[in-house]
Amino acid sequence: MIGEWLDIGWAHEIPARGSRTVPVEGGEEIAVFRTGDGKLFALLNRCPHKGGPLSQGIVHGHSVACPLHNWSIALATGQAQGEDKGCTPTIPVKIDGGRVLICRASTLKAAA
Amino acid sequence: MDFQEYRAGEAQAVGAESASRSAAAPREHLVLIGNGMAGCRAIEELLARDPARYRITIFGAEPHVNYNRIMLSPVLAGEKSFDDILINGPDWYRDSGIELIAGDPVTAIDRAARTVTSRAGRTVGYDRLLIATGSDPFIIPVPGNDLPGVISFRDMKDVDAMLMAAEAGKAQGGGSAVVIGGGLLGLEAAHGLTLRGMKVTVLHLPGTLMERQLDEAAGWLLKTALEARGQTILTGADTAEIYGDGQVEGVRLKDGREIPASLVVMAVGIRPSVALARAAGLEVGRGIRVDDHMVTSDPAILAVGECVEHDGQVYGLVAPLWDMCRSLADGLTGRANPYRGSVTSTKLKVAGLDVFSAGDFSGAGAGCEDIVLRDASRGVYKRLVLQEDRIIGAVLYGDTADGSWYFDLLRKGESVAGLRESLIFGQAFASGGGQADPKAAVAALSDDAEICGCNGVSKGQVVSCIAKGARSLDAVRGACKASASCGSCTSLVESLLVLTLGDEVQTGPKTMCPCTSFTHDDVRREIVAQGMTSIPEVMQRLHWTTPDGCASCRPALNYYLLCAWPGDYVDDQQSRFVNERLHANIQKDGTYSVVPRMWGGLTSPRELRAIADVVEKYNAPMIKVTGGQRLDIFGIRKEDLPAVWADLNAAGMVSGHAYGKALRTVKTCVGSEWCRFGTQDSTGLGVRIEQMSWGSWMPHKFKIAVSGCPRNCAEATIKDFGVVCVDSGYELHVAGNGGIHVRATDLLCKVATEQEALDYCAAFIQLYREEARYLERTAPWVERVGIDHVKARIVDDGIGREALRARFLHSQSFSQEDPWAQRAAGGASEQHAHMAQFKPVSMEEMA
Repeated sequence: MIGEWLDIGWAHEIPARGSRTVPVEGGEEIAVFRTGDGKLFALLNRCPHKGGPLSQGIVHGHSVACPLHNWSIALATGQAQGEDKGCTPTIPVKIDGGRVLICRASTLKAAA
Repeated sequence: MDFQEYRAGEAQAVGAESASRSAAAPREHLVLIGNGMAGCRAIEELLARDPARYRITIFGAEPHVNYNRIMLSPVLAGEKSFDDILINGPDWYRDSGIELIAGDPVTAIDRAARTVTSRAGRTVGYDRLLIATGSDPFIIPVPGNDLPGVISFRDMKDVDAMLMAAEAGKAQGGGSAVVIGGGLLGLEAAHGLTLRGMKVTVLHLPGTLMERQLDEAAGWLLKTALEARGQTILTGADTAEIYGDGQVEGVRLKDGREIPASLVVMAVGIRPSVALARAAGLEVGRGIRVDDHMVTSDPAILAVGECVEHDGQVYGLVAPLWDMCRSLADGLTGRANPYRGSVTSTKLKVAGLDVFSAGDFSGAGAGCEDIVLRDASRGVYKRLVLQEDRIIGAVLYGDTADGSWYFDLLRKGESVAGLRESLIFGQAFASGGGQADPKAAVAALSDDAEICGCNGVSKGQVVSCIAKGARSLDAVRGACKASASCGSCTSLVESLLVLTLGDEVQTGPKTMCPCTSFTHDDVRREIVAQGMTSIPEVMQRLHWTTPDGCASCRPALNYYLLCAWPGDYVDDQQSRFVNERLHANIQKDGTYSVVPRMWGGLTSPRELRAIADVVEKYNAPMIKVTGGQRLDIFGIRKEDLPAVWADLNAAGMVSGHAYGKALRTVKTCVGSEWCRFGTQDSTGLGVRIEQMSWGSWMPHKFKIAVSGCPRNCAEATIKDFGVVCVDSGYELHVAGNGGIHVRATDLLCKVATEQEALDYCAAFIQLYREEARYLERTAPWVERVGIDHVKARIVDDGIGREALRARFLHSQSFSQEDPWAQRAAGGASEQHAHMAQFKPVSMEEMA
C-alpha cells in the first residue's frame, strides 16, 4: 500500500535557517527548509533562474537567497521575489510527532 | 515585472481631491497629453518657476506614473527594477495638485472648443494645451511584421514582453531572439536579452553598428566585443520577411538566410508621434512645428520632446529635452529664453562597454583634421575631429572618461589650439600635470557642463543644490536627481561634493542593508561598545526590522562578531555564504571545486599523486592551475566533499580557503635559491607568511605575493599585500588589486629583515580586519581611509603596530584549525549528507 505522505526524518535534523536535501531516484532533488521561527517548507531544489541548488542558500524570514545569483525565493509559494520572475514547484509538508512528512504525489510531480 | 498600476478610475479619485481644493482659485487650466519624460519635465520646470500659476491635468497612455524611459535597458538587463526608474511617484502628482489620468490616451483635440477627448470618452477643457506624445517605433514594411511575437522596444509593456519571451525560452532550454536594428536601442535590447539567457542575433542593414554615432573603427571594436559576449551580429543584413504560423518563427533575409526566433524586436528607428496634432490641423513637418518657446501654430497649444520639429531638426535623444523644457517653462511664465537647438552626445548603456560619441565625425567637411589614439591592448580607440582648431566631433571607445570634457569643448566651440598636442590624452594630461586628478578635472568643468545625462543636470545645478544644504550623495540625488538613474556620473557628483564642502561632506551614510537604519561602521562600533556577542542580540538591540536579517547583513554580522570576539564567538554556519559553509566553491551546476593549500605555491610528488588519485577516484571532469599558483579540482558533489578532503588530508594537505573571505594564497617566485637575479629567499618568506596568516577570516578575500627581485615575477604590486625583495631588504606594498578595477599597490615602507616583513604583514592584515567594512577589499578601503592613515598606524606607531600584530596572532590561535579535517572526521554532516532518499516504486508514476 502506497501512502500519501513520505516520512523523511526528524524535524530537528534540519538546522534552523537551513535546509536538507532528499534526492528522488530518476528525478530531481527536493529541498526541505526549516526557518528561524520553526516552520517547514519543501520545494524542488532548483532556482527558477539558473537552476541553482536553493538548499544551499541563506534562509532569512520565509525566503531563501539562491547561492548562485542571490535571487530571493519565497518558501511558501516558490515565487521569485522583487523584480525577478519565475517559480519553483512547492511540495506540501507537515510534522507529525516530530517527524517530517512530505506529500508523495507532489514530490513525484515536482521531481519528474 | 511587478509595478503599481493606476487605473483611470483611481487616478480620477486622486485628482478629484486636488481639483476641489483648487476650485476656489481661478487659475488657467494646463492640460498635458503624454505622461512621459518630456511632458513631466516641462511640468517640473514650470512648477519650479511658479507652482500656483496653472491647474494641471496630465493624460498618459501607459497605466503608470512617470518613469525614465531611457532606463528601460537596465531594467531589461536586470540591473534595475521598475521602481528604481520611477521619476515621479504618485506622491508627486498628489502634492503638486496634478490630476493624473493614466491608461486613457487622448484621441482627439477640438481647437475651436478648446477641449480634448480621451479614448474612454472623457472630455476636458483647456486654456493651454501641451502635447508631449513622444515618438513611435518605426516598423519596417515587410510581410509578417504584425505577427504575435514582433515587438518594439519603447515602453514597459515591451520590456515585459521580452522578459516573458526569455522566460518561455528558458523552459525550452534557451530561446532565440532577433533584434532588427544595430543602433543604440537595438544593441541595448540585444544586450538585455542575452543577459536574460536568450540566443540573440542582431540584424543591421548598414555595414557599421551604430553608424550614426560611430565610425567604422569604433563600430568594428563594438561588434567584436558583442560577438565575444555570444551575440551574432549580421551587418549588411536586409530583412525580407518575418515568417511564422500564427506566431513568429523566424526572419528570412533577402539573401535567403533564415534565422529562427520566437521573438523579433524591431529597433530600426523612431518617428515623431504626430497623428493627434495633424488631425487637429496643427502645422506638422517631420514633427509638430514649434517656435523657440515650443509654441505650435496654435498659440494656445505647445509641444515638446521627440514629437516636435524645431528649426528643421527632430531629436531622438534625451538631452535636448532638458533645454526645450527650460525654454518652454520660461515662456509659459512670461520670460524670454529662446531654445536654439541642441548638440547631442551619445553613450551606450551596455555594462562593460564604454562607447561615447558626439557631434560630426564623418570628417567630410573642408579643413577637418583627425586626431586618433589607438591602444590595442587596452581596447581603446579615441578619435577627435577638429576644424579650425575647434572640436566638432568625438568618438571614444573603451575609455570614455573624457567624454564630458570633449563634449563641453565642442558645445562651447572653444579654441583648442593651445591643447592640440596633448588633447587626445584627455583633460588631466592636457591641463598639465600628467597625473590624473579627478577632482581637478571636475573643478575645471564650466558651470553649464552636463554632469548627469540621464536627468539633464548641469554642474551649476549640482553645486547650487549642495549650497542649499544637500551634504551627501543621497541628498543630492534626492534634491536634483543627479546620478540617481544609471549612476555612471556618481564619481563626478561625489567630487563636486568634496570640492564644494571640503571636509563637511557626509560621505555615504549607506545603511548596512534594508533591515536596519545603521551603517556598517555604526554596527561595528556598537558591537564592541555594548559587548554584543550574538547575531540575534545585535538585531534585537539595534532594532532590526526583519526577524532574522537577510543574505546581506547576516554574513556581515557574523564576521564582525567573529573579528570582535576571537575564541569566544561561535560561528553561525547558517549565516555563511554557501562556499564558506561547505568549504568549497559552488559552481553553476551545483557541484563544487576543491583547492588544497600549497604553501607559497610549492608542491611535492606525494601531494600531486594524492590530487591525481582524487581526480580519478571521483571522476572530477577538470583540474586547473589557478591564478594564485594552486590546483583546482572541479565537479565534486557536496556529499563527496568530506571523503575528498579525507584523502587530501591523508597526504598532508589542508584547506586552501579558495572559497572564503579569507587569506587566499601567497604567490611567490623562486627567489635567491634558484634565480640568478633573486635577492632574497622569496619562496621561503612566502611560505612563512602563508603559515602565519592562513585560516584568518577577513572582510573580503585577501591575496599576497612575494617577488624575489624588482622584476616582480610574482606580480606583488597588484596584491592586497605584496613584498618585493631588494638587495637591501624588503619593500612592502599594500592595497593592490587585479580584477575589474586594476589598482597598483601603494608603497607602505621598506624594512630590513624578514621578521619585520612578517610583523608588518600581520599588523596590516589586522588593521584591515578591524577597520574595513564587510565585502570591502583593501584597495577601496585604503582609498577611503587614505594610505597616510595606514602608514601612521603601521609604520609610524611602533607600539600600535605591535598591538595589532599581537591581536592578529591571538585571533589566529583559534582559527588555524583545518576545517576540512573536522568535516572529514564527520563534523557538521548535516551540511553534506542527504536527509533521506526516495525511490518511487515505479518510474511511470513520475510522468
